[in-house]
Amino acid sequence: MLSQQQAVAFNGTKEQEAKLMEVISRYKGTDGALIPVLHEAQSIYGYLPVEVQAIISKNLDVTMAEIYGVVTFYTQFTTEPKGKYHIGVCLGTACYVKGSGAIFDKIKEKLGMPEGSNSTPDGKFSIEATRCIGACGLAPVLTVNDEVYGKLTVDDVDSILAKYVD
Amino acid sequence: MDFARSTVLVCGGTGCTSSGCQKVMKEFEAQLAAKGLEKEVKMVQTGCFGLCALGPVVIVYPEGAFYSMVKPEDVEEIVSEHLLKGRVVTRLLYDETVQDDTVKSLNETNFYKKQMRIALRNCGVIDPENIDEYIALDGYKALGKVLTEMKPEEVIDVIKASGLRGRGGGGFPTGIKWMLAAKSPNVIGKYVCCNADEGDPGAFMDRSVLEGDPHAVIEAMAIAAYAINAEQGYIYIRAEYPIAVKRLQIAIDQAREYGLLGKNIFGTDFSFDLGIRLGAGAFVCGEETALMTSIEGMRGEPRPRPPFPAVKGLWEKPTLLNNVETYANIPQIILNGAEWFTSIGTEKSAGTKVFALGGKINNTGLVEVPMGTTLREIVEEIGGGIPNGKKFKAAQTGGPSGGCIPASLLDVAIDYDSLIQIGSMMGSGGLIVMDEDNCMVDIAKFFLEFTVDESCGKCTPCRIGTKRMLEILERITQGKGTLEDLDKLEELAYNIKESALCGLGQTAPNPILSTLRYFRDEYEAHVIDKKCPAGVCKALVSYSIVADKCKGCSLCARQCPVNAISGEIKSPFVIDQDKCIKCGACIEKCKFDAIIVQ
Repeated sequence: MLSQQQAVAFNGTKEQEAKLMEVISRYKGTDGALIPVLHEAQSIYGYLPVEVQAIISKNLDVTMAEIYGVVTFYTQFTTEPKGKYHIGVCLGTACYVKGSGAIFDKIKEKLGMPEGSNSTPDGKFSIEATRCIGACGLAPVLTVNDEVYGKLTVDDVDSILAKYVD
Repeated sequence: MDFARSTVLVCGGTGCTSSGCQKVMKEFEAQLAAKGLEKEVKMVQTGCFGLCALGPVVIVYPEGAFYSMVKPEDVEEIVSEHLLKGRVVTRLLYDETVQDDTVKSLNETNFYKKQMRIALRNCGVIDPENIDEYIALDGYKALGKVLTEMKPEEVIDVIKASGLRGRGGGGFPTGIKWMLAAKSPNVIGKYVCCNADEGDPGAFMDRSVLEGDPHAVIEAMAIAAYAINAEQGYIYIRAEYPIAVKRLQIAIDQAREYGLLGKNIFGTDFSFDLGIRLGAGAFVCGEETALMTSIEGMRGEPRPRPPFPAVKGLWEKPTLLNNVETYANIPQIILNGAEWFTSIGTEKSAGTKVFALGGKINNTGLVEVPMGTTLREIVEEIGGGIPNGKKFKAAQTGGPSGGCIPASLLDVAIDYDSLIQIGSMMGSGGLIVMDEDNCMVDIAKFFLEFTVDESCGKCTPCRIGTKRMLEILERITQGKGTLEDLDKLEELAYNIKESALCGLGQTAPNPILSTLRYFRDEYEAHVIDKKCPAGVCKALVSYSIVADKCKGCSLCARQCPVNAISGEIKSPFVIDQDKCIKCGACIEKCKFDAIIVQ
């Protein structure tokens, strides 16, 4: 069942694996090590596919079931790779009452994301409805990778997306 | 240390970072270097000033000039005019601080006038990445006093007498919590934890304290550890707050270097150290038992209480858990005494509370006011009212656990008990203002979507009950609701409140109950008249063209994605209701306000 969930083939490198092994050996034996290890593993690979979970399971002595349970419990952990440009639209209350829901819909429509999917078929863009990012003074807010755009209206969507056409 | 003739404070909080303060700081560095002023003028990156709507914010002392919305291209003018020639750049000042060409003090502006800063005392004042600045403002003095002059029981007595209550939501008396944790014997370990998993959407006070004054929390946790006889602490913080995590780590490292964390602090027998644990995006982890399960590295599911954490908490050891803002009050209470603290606020809720003002309000940002301040003072005076001349409809407090307060209750003095009485709660202090364009049924649905998404699934009332409530709300917003649905909704809500395992489930029905209580007419409009008075619920609105106003320009018809608009040039156009998908594209394009939503 686990293997069916993966749409993109895993292609981790030896360097990434060496980094992960270093992380695991640093945490091994400390209490509550799993979540910090998963955080670092995700920053190495960008996501947490079954292959990465298996490396952690074997070397940290935690069962696959437990790892899978933790990965799917927390929204920050993802088993699918993010797009080259990852868009986060804040749907916290302050942004929501100022219309971020319409902005989210507009972006999905503009990028032609199929119903039920949050990424474009070419893997270039992915979108996520984020929890409050705390920039309520600038509501409504969206982020593209590390860049923040605030005080938006639906009309701003075109010009923002235009910056990422390459 | 070099003495500078001028100091430039640049806000480096998340709000101002999002609006570009890093570029402003780089430009200041470059301009100061170009003019050879690096020695005379000192630039400091501080925490949040509170007025996030005006970011990036810069204050220049000794004049106290408050520059708002500063762009990198403005910096050259500030440096050459203000810092070199001594002429304040009036054009860039926050307009409220300018009066008859003189610069008013920030404390006289409406936004700051009624505020009183205890928890936010150092935010926007000191450089949070420099421990010396914290120490210069009495930092770690309270810890020194506690370790060298007071017994643990005396510390607990002061906190009890101060009447401080937990700022994270429930309002449990902090002193009692400390006493219970102190009573549990330290067999093989005891922990002090800090809840910085600020999950309520629209609340960001804990983040601002950690970004602007991280040492206050570290100092308070050390004091708590001394009071309950613990040696290890953890701060559980959201991974969504990268700046706060970074500054907290810097602060912990500096405190260790100064011997304020570690072995034999202040030359006494007391030892204490701290670690950071990152959350991973689960709202339920703000609940105390779920938070501890998460620190243990597992799925953050809550456990039944009792046993309470004070008896059996983290790794089954006695544990004390407080929220960030609660801790931020502790050093001041130790230094100024319990009586000073009880003199502020109301009888049963002493001290101040920080609110995160957001939504349809002019001055969005962070405000700290004495308990007992009215909602009207916060919204109309400090918040500067509602933008675009719209009418106030409701204020939402307490996030997904709280409720909506209608205009008729604007004069209620806010404290823990008064908010519970009117069907809301303090929560962590998010305060979202809504105007006439917001549909209250839609807001209730929004919060239910949130709780359904965040329910951990452990107990049935929350896992299934909230889902059923959401389905009913969805029916209502689609115009398929009946009057019986409203009764069913209410009954379900009370049942879930009674039977859910943890705070998340027990409070999840609050947004529904409070909107049903104060805005029942809006629910009835959806159910009986099949109308959404605010024009938000798409299934219940219709777009039409007012014939008198339409000039027949055809702009709307060309914009319509489904070709639902037709007509002849220069005569009024018509919308085909069967084809219309209510996307609103036409209304945005019409230059004559001829299209209306009903």
